[in-house]
Amino acid sequence: METLWFCLVAIMIAGYVALDGFDIGTGILHFWVGRTESQRRRVLKSIGPVWDGNEVWLIAGGGVLYFAFPALYASSFSGFYLPLMIVLWLLIGRGVAIEFRNHLDSEVWRPFFDFVFTAASALLAIFYGAALGNVVRGVPLGDSGYFFLPLWTNFGVGADAGILDWFTILVGLLAFLTLTQHGALWLALKTEDILQERAQRAARLAWFGVLAMTIVVTAATMRIQPQVWANLTAHPWGFVFPALALAGLAGAILFRDPSTELKAFLSSCLYIVGMLTSAAFGVFPYVLPANTDPKFGLTVWNSAAGHYGLAVGLAWWIPGMALVVAYTVFAYRHFAGKVRLEEEGY
Amino acid sequence: MDSVLALHRFHFAFTITFHYIFAQLSMGLALLIFVLKTLALRTGRDHYNHAARFWIKIFAVSFAIGVVTGIPMEFQFGTNWAPFSKAAGGVIGQTLAMEGVFSFFLESTFLGLLLFGENRLGPRAHWATSLLMFFGTWLSGFFIVATDAWMQHPVGYTLQANGQAALQSLWSLLLNPWLGWMYAHNMLGTVLTGSITMASVGAFYLLMRKFEDYGRTFVRVGVIAGAIAAILMLFPTGDQQGANIARHQPATLAAMEGLFETQQGAPLAILGQPDTEKRRLDNPAVVPRMLSFLTYKRWSAEVKGLDAFPKESVPDNVPLLFYSYHIMVGLGTIFIAVLLVSAWLLRAGRLYTTRSWLWVLMLSLPFPFIANTAGWITAELGRQPWLIYGVMRTSEGPSFNVSAGNTLFTLIGFMGMYTLLAILFLFITHREIDHGPEVVRTPNGVPGAESRLL
Repeated sequence: METLWFCLVAIMIAGYVALDGFDIGTGILHFWVGRTESQRRRVLKSIGPVWDGNEVWLIAGGGVLYFAFPALYASSFSGFYLPLMIVLWLLIGRGVAIEFRNHLDSEVWRPFFDFVFTAASALLAIFYGAALGNVVRGVPLGDSGYFFLPLWTNFGVGADAGILDWFTILVGLLAFLTLTQHGALWLALKTEDILQERAQRAARLAWFGVLAMTIVVTAATMRIQPQVWANLTAHPWGFVFPALALAGLAGAILFRDPSTELKAFLSSCLYIVGMLTSAAFGVFPYVLPANTDPKFGLTVWNSAAGHYGLAVGLAWWIPGMALVVAYTVFAYRHFAGKVRLEEEGY
Repeated sequence: MDSVLALHRFHFAFTITFHYIFAQLSMGLALLIFVLKTLALRTGRDHYNHAARFWIKIFAVSFAIGVVTGIPMEFQFGTNWAPFSKAAGGVIGQTLAMEGVFSFFLESTFLGLLLFGENRLGPRAHWATSLLMFFGTWLSGFFIVATDAWMQHPVGYTLQANGQAALQSLWSLLLNPWLGWMYAHNMLGTVLTGSITMASVGAFYLLMRKFEDYGRTFVRVGVIAGAIAAILMLFPTGDQQGANIARHQPATLAAMEGLFETQQGAPLAILGQPDTEKRRLDNPAVVPRMLSFLTYKRWSAEVKGLDAFPKESVPDNVPLLFYSYHIMVGLGTIFIAVLLVSAWLLRAGRLYTTRSWLWVLMLSLPFPFIANTAGWITAELGRQPWLIYGVMRTSEGPSFNVSAGNTLFTLIGFMGMYTLLAILFLFITHREIDHGPEVVRTPNGVPGAESRLL
């Protein structure tokens, strides 16, 4: 049951990154793809109807994490206090910038909100990557099950590592490039003519970065977290997750022709899901490893809620998520196709 | 008080109070928008569609701020209240996760359709969208009140050996005897906020002599809905909520009422200042025996005072609790009076022309927000010194691994950020109110295009 919830939480987080990831990537590319006001409006319109729903995956995923693994939620959220607060402020700034940009029709407010949107998107991508890096590397958990990490120390990955060390910065960069590519492929899917050309150029450039950083981060991970290689060799079926990521990465470049733009975007989704599930598989059964002494690490068993709670949770989670999938499909179909400015709404 | 504890408490209190300003407005307006859409559908008058569209715009701005200030609330359970989250997450994590899965996805999907789908959907489907939006926001309120009700009156759980509460029955959690009246009372409070806001904007239009047609509709709908809500808040919901407190949290009742000594035929304090040093109510204005009657329906019943409870199990801030409770009840009483007079003037056909009374309606705008805030302070301070009533003390709950300095830093950060949000909100809603309900803006020469994203 604990393992099942571990998988469900992993799926929700992967769903969040695959969905909100493209609107974060769109934010990163906002100035690059949208050079004039009408172009920027088209960029924003491509995510307008869906970005809020995408962000709900974070809230819902957080909620599920909270009830299924309360000890993990308590330990990690308090331990990552400052970076999480910064993430919150970025989310607030970004949300406000998207929502209120066109309420304030002026030559000063609009560029200001555009800048907030782009800067917050870029920083969020890096912070999310660094967060994942921290979970893979492990944190200085002690007897109490709590820790507190400074933002950075000496950039080493040892027991006194901070949130940002050379490894987590590398993962942050990988996340930045991945979401840039993801957003570029989304924009290529949703726009036409010059915007689409720019988006595809950005996607291709980002792809090489993603490829290089994937190799670097994978090698670094193997060195820092031996659990990953141990899990893969002990259960070779787990190679399916990295294989998914590789297939996604290949697809993102193979489908670069405009006629297969949807396949390219879905490949990027596959890459993200593959990378995140690989990480989840790699650290299992830990949900938050300790870089002090492995015995202090939080596992799916010592951090999970009671059995009844997990069982009854399944009873509402399944119908609830079926509804969510239905809404998501409905929303994306309702707003399918290329964005044009003359339509009603976004 | 320990400064880490005090700062974590104020951190949560500040962010939730600010968040709830927008949450209550959104939930209240969601119902009223549904009412306007229903009127439009039944009468076939486009007037009501314009009116609904106007409030949907205000709703969307309020909702957006509610969303961005709501995410920190969920995070703070883990960041600022880690030991509490570890102990209680197995239970209240359920309701919080259900809120995300069942309410937020629904709301985020249908908000876009509500704002921009009117032409594509047609009148019936658009009306149904407003119903779903209303349902989604009120469901969200249900899960949050269910979470709080469990902290007030924990049911359906067992305490494990490791100190963590494990859920034993989801139904007990969702059918908590504390929950029903508290939810009804709270949601009526949101209706009151929405109604008075609507009536206030309507009165503003009538006083300004512009958009008077809409002004009359806003005043009428606001006054009728508000009067119903205000009366139901007092009876039965407020009365029953009080009965729950008397039954399950007698020390809280004593502190709310400023009753220091146990007595038969206890008086009801209308005004006063609790003096915790001398253990008495300074400058009291009381109604003799009334508290006994209201609590137990007998004039001579004994009501336990603060002296009946050990010091470590009575609320730690009696004066603030007393003031909050009295502000809530006092404003509630004034709302009933103002709205009943308004309803009477409306029936007599004089409300729209009685300018002095329109001034009263217009200026009542801030007070339901104050009353709702005071109500929540009463509920949460009344629960003290417990975080989970009778199970976990508030002093055991905050993240001790997060130092006071870090907490103060982020608290100040939130204060600054939220000040900017408040200014933006007022600026944007002021412009919308100024433009009025009938305007269709065509920015940048894009014909007929709505410029907003959400």
